[in-house]
Amino acid sequence: MKRYFLDIIQSIWTVLVGMKITGRHLFTRSCTLQYPSVKWELPERSRMRLFNKIEDCIGCGQCVRACPVDCIYMTTEKRLKEAPPIFAADGTPIKLSVTQFDIDMSLCCYCNLCTYPCPTHCLVMTPEYEFAVNTKQDFLYRFAKDEPLAPVTPSAVTPEPVSAK
Amino acid sequence: MQVEAYAGEEMILNMGPQHPSTHGVLRLELETDGEIVKKVIPHIGYLHRCFEKHAEKIDYLGVIPFCDRMDYIASMNNSLGYALAIEKLLQLEVNQRVQTLRILMAELNRIASHLLSIGTYAMDIGSFTPFLHCFREREKVLDLFEWLCGARLLYNYNWVGGVSHDLPTGFIEKTREFLRQFEPVITEMDKLLSYNKIFIERTANVGIITEKQAFSHNVTGPNLRGSGIRWDLRKEEPYCGYETYNFEIPVGLGKFGSLGSCWDRYYVRVREMEQSIQLILQALDRLPEGDVQETVPKRIKPSKGEIYDRTETPRGELGYYVISDGGLIPFRVKVKSPCFTVLSILPSIAKGAMVADIIAIIGSIDIVMGEIDR
Amino acid sequence: MEYLRQVLLQKVAGFDQLPGSLQVFIPMLLGCLLCLGLVALFPLFAVWLERKVSAHMQDRLGPMRVGGWHGWAQTIADGVKLLLKEDIIPAEADRLLFKLAPIVVFVGGFAAFVVLPFSDQFIVSDLNIGVLYIIAISSLGVVGIIMAGWASNNKYALFGGMRAAAQIVSYEIPTMLAILTVVIPVGSLSMQDIVRAQSGGIFNWFIFQPVTFLAFWVFYIGTLAEVNRTPFDIPEAESELVAGYHTEYSGMRFAFFFLAEYANMFLVSAIGVTLFWGGWQGPTWLPGPIWFILKAMALVFVQMWLRWTLPRLRVDQLMYVSWKVLLPISFILVLAAGILALVTEGHLNE
Repeated sequence: MKRYFLDIIQSIWTVLVGMKITGRHLFTRSCTLQYPSVKWELPERSRMRLFNKIEDCIGCGQCVRACPVDCIYMTTEKRLKEAPPIFAADGTPIKLSVTQFDIDMSLCCYCNLCTYPCPTHCLVMTPEYEFAVNTKQDFLYRFAKDEPLAPVTPSAVTPEPVSAK
Repeated sequence: MQVEAYAGEEMILNMGPQHPSTHGVLRLELETDGEIVKKVIPHIGYLHRCFEKHAEKIDYLGVIPFCDRMDYIASMNNSLGYALAIEKLLQLEVNQRVQTLRILMAELNRIASHLLSIGTYAMDIGSFTPFLHCFREREKVLDLFEWLCGARLLYNYNWVGGVSHDLPTGFIEKTREFLRQFEPVITEMDKLLSYNKIFIERTANVGIITEKQAFSHNVTGPNLRGSGIRWDLRKEEPYCGYETYNFEIPVGLGKFGSLGSCWDRYYVRVREMEQSIQLILQALDRLPEGDVQETVPKRIKPSKGEIYDRTETPRGELGYYVISDGGLIPFRVKVKSPCFTVLSILPSIAKGAMVADIIAIIGSIDIVMGEIDR
Repeated sequence: MEYLRQVLLQKVAGFDQLPGSLQVFIPMLLGCLLCLGLVALFPLFAVWLERKVSAHMQDRLGPMRVGGWHGWAQTIADGVKLLLKEDIIPAEADRLLFKLAPIVVFVGGFAAFVVLPFSDQFIVSDLNIGVLYIIAISSLGVVGIIMAGWASNNKYALFGGMRAAAQIVSYEIPTMLAILTVVIPVGSLSMQDIVRAQSGGIFNWFIFQPVTFLAFWVFYIGTLAEVNRTPFDIPEAESELVAGYHTEYSGMRFAFFFLAEYANMFLVSAIGVTLFWGGWQGPTWLPGPIWFILKAMALVFVQMWLRWTLPRLRVDQLMYVSWKVLLPISFILVLAAGILALVTEGHLNE
């Protein structure tokens, strides 16, 4: 019998305590960020979109090997001996010309493992996150600038664009 | 007249893979007689992503992002377990700074994981407000992680031989500030939810795991501690220097109803968050100087052998069994998932419960399908 | 509706030439249309208010963009969206019952609005059995809910319908008994009489009398269960049965259930205000209907506050609260009200 009344009193009391807490929250400032009219500054280490400064790329292929999901596709060819010597920003001589440097962002898992082995630090992950596209093919980022010297046969892993059937 | 002739037909209810309440894609087949559930058959496999098969094709370092994705809510703890296993295989010792950083991140992630588990549990029981309060606090932890290593949920932070990033300047003060304003939030959560009579009525005396059942089904983590058994791998088999820290192991006390009920498991999680705060403060106080990455070769090649190493994640005991054949790629990585073993207890504790109680039980054992299905 | 008839007689030319029956019928029709307008517009406002209240209690903002200032047009946008949705009727569903169910639930709530006293003269129909009429008509909603649950041909919906029926029927009894504690001192079932019995200053309101103070809380909890609000929202337990008895409804049919629920919220708050909080009475610097609506909105706000604070009760615990807690208390209160009336010989408010 005593249990019965105790239960009723406890219920009423805890309900009132709960109401007081939510009532207090009714008047605290909300912590919502009204995106897109207000945007956050992301920290500089944020791992969002990949970017490769192709002028500094020496074509070593470390990033291709490091990627756990194989989303970087690269083909290189040896530069001609007569070509004027070019250097990366930190002075490393560039011996190979990169004719294809594609990153498939739809496969990328944003783990950042590709940026650590890069000797010239040309591959970085930027804090830019608003890069939604309309078709999946647009996610294949092509960075290469050099033209191939000879007609290039597509490497075995270059994906064919999937046509809508 | 026989009772069987008049017994109603049992209804088979399918709490399908898409359900607002089951934590992930879990399919439960319930055989109910009116409101009472007679049998529960869980069906898993909807989130199987072949983690163990991937680990046979990728080198040792590349497996770490995959480890994160198993229990995506507590990914610092997942990669910590794997990194420790490989370091043991390589017989590599890491310096004090790395160990302290690892503990710091693991405990911060424990807080975030428990906040999510408590919030979603409250939402399942019907109380929508604590969910958002918990997530607001969780956002602050995730902001700290983003500042540290660039990602909010899947960090790729614990590497073999060290961690990937050192602390940015100001991180320690920000963390202390967060902890300072977080402690009163736990008390507020207690008042709003833990001691609320309706919540107690829904969760005490429901889903009781007895000591015998817990041992026979290999239940670990807060689920085991909710049944009153004081077993925590951080105290029993310390790793990363946990033996030098001062913290308590909360166990269920059976304050309301029988010991081992849903309320006890929930309460253990709330108190564990408080203990994590103590651990983090101690770690911040004693952070020594040092290099965050030991010199390991770029391509790790452990000698031939096998190892089983286990750590205490927010969900229980996560075990990694790694077999190396001396090459660059692991031969086999097998994961012992705590949620998988605790899901096996569901059919036995759900007998005789009501449909609403099934929801309460699943929420209290805190499963993440990513870890069960791998 | 005497008041409206007089207004029409004075303002509209040629009204007094109409035959007597039309002279009575047209004001009634107008009054009902006004009630329908209220029933249709109040949910528009109430849903927006609920979203804002819940958002601020959860430290977030709620609707902010639709319509400019704090998203006030959000519900209108939602209503238009629901209107444009495809009307899906599940295969093997009982088509007639499926289509009738929302209408029955809606009518059960709407029909009770005609006896609400908005002010001294503004009441659509001052029935002398007003209270009895309200109790009887609001029970019609249960039939609609069971129809919805059955006709959907869905196990979950059936579960929800059965639970809802059990819940509403069980909670009607303590509610009725609590209403009885007000009827006993007043001596009449008419709503206007009950309001007039509370005249003469704020402390004559029944909420400040000893027995009816407790009866109000029994009434409030009972009506929370009647309108399926948390902590009694098992029929629409979102995380357990998806959406209970209205799982299979889409588009405007679902909107009807929604409208009915919010209209019901206002209805029971309005009844509570009439019976316990002095109805339309208040200081004269605001007209009667405004006081009435303000007081009803305060009770609606407390309903929303409770929803966002409390977890949900399980079905058997719900039944326990109704039959083992509220019912004995309400019996005792009726007894006490009777004894009090006997002792003071009906001179409570003099």
